Amino acid sequence: MKRWLLWLPLVLFGLFFAAVAVGLMMPKDNVIESKMVGKPMPAFALPAAVEQRPGLSSTDLSRGKPTLLNIFASWCVPCIAEAPQLMALQRAGVEINAIASRDTPEDIALFLNRWGNPYSRIGTDTTSKVQLAVGSSGVPETFVIDGNGIIVHQHIGDIRQEDIAKLLELLEQAK
Amino acid sequence: MRHFLSLLLLSLAVPVAAQTGLPPAPYADRQLDDPRQEAAARDLMEELRCLKCQSQSIADSNAPMAGDMRSQVRERIAAGETPEQVRSWLIERYGNWVSYDPPIASAVTWPLWIAPIILLLAALWLARGRFRKPKGSE
Repeated sequence: MKRWLLWLPLVLFGLFFAAVAVGLMMPKDNVIESKMVGKPMPAFALPAAVEQRPGLSSTDLSRGKPTLLNIFASWCVPCIAEAPQLMALQRAGVEINAIASRDTPEDIALFLNRWGNPYSRIGTDTTSKVQLAVGSSGVPETFVIDGNGIIVHQHIGDIRQEDIAKLLELLEQAK
Repeated sequence: MRHFLSLLLLSLAVPVAAQTGLPPAPYADRQLDDPRQEAAARDLMEELRCLKCQSQSIADSNAPMAGDMRSQVRERIAAGETPEQVRSWLIERYGNWVSYDPPIASAVTWPLWIAPIILLLAALWLARGRFRKPKGSE
């Protein structure tokens, strides 16, 4: 038997040990990115979530101007955290449309009264139909959509202060 | 009377921090009328991963999102789609990640299928000497 073969079990064990160590040390990645980025917005039409704003359909998202599509819910705490950033984006002249996920009109109205309403249109998605169609897996999520209705970017989680510049840049590029 | 009132109030306790105040989607927890379609939907649900809980199938999970996915699966199958059409509709949106049945011919998942065969062959090769008659016996 060749001498070097004696070392093979140790080498195999070393490889196994390294694989386990890497798996344990790498932080768990829970983010599921939508595969719809780069594709056109799927067709949908959602009724109005609150009286003050009209409902939202996919044709509203391809009117020649880049827009943001924010998926939020009144029961979602990070959505409160991102509310000031959405207000700032709206003040900067960005058109923001929204999908309210699994929510009631009363709760949405309370949420908007309390944390501000930066939205032009809000559609209500009570059974997550549209959310599944765009490949979103939670709230809050924000999609950047160009003027032709193509999804160019997906922001997962709440929008922080430091994300605003990047979103504005993406909206500018989408023109 | 006061005791009675407080008892009454206690009995009316409702979950305060529930994730959503809405009832679940129509077919989240309701079977389809056609048993064959329900069985097909059920089999597919066992093989779809919950987006929220991630280590459970949507058939197993109580997350509202999983309920919405179950409803979506049943509605699509009731409308005449095959389970494979529903699966590929979801894979188109979430990638192979969403399915518990990884494809054989994919850059990332083929080792899952090939590795056991390679390991088995390697083990047979390593063990081949054990099956031979030792030299010098007889």
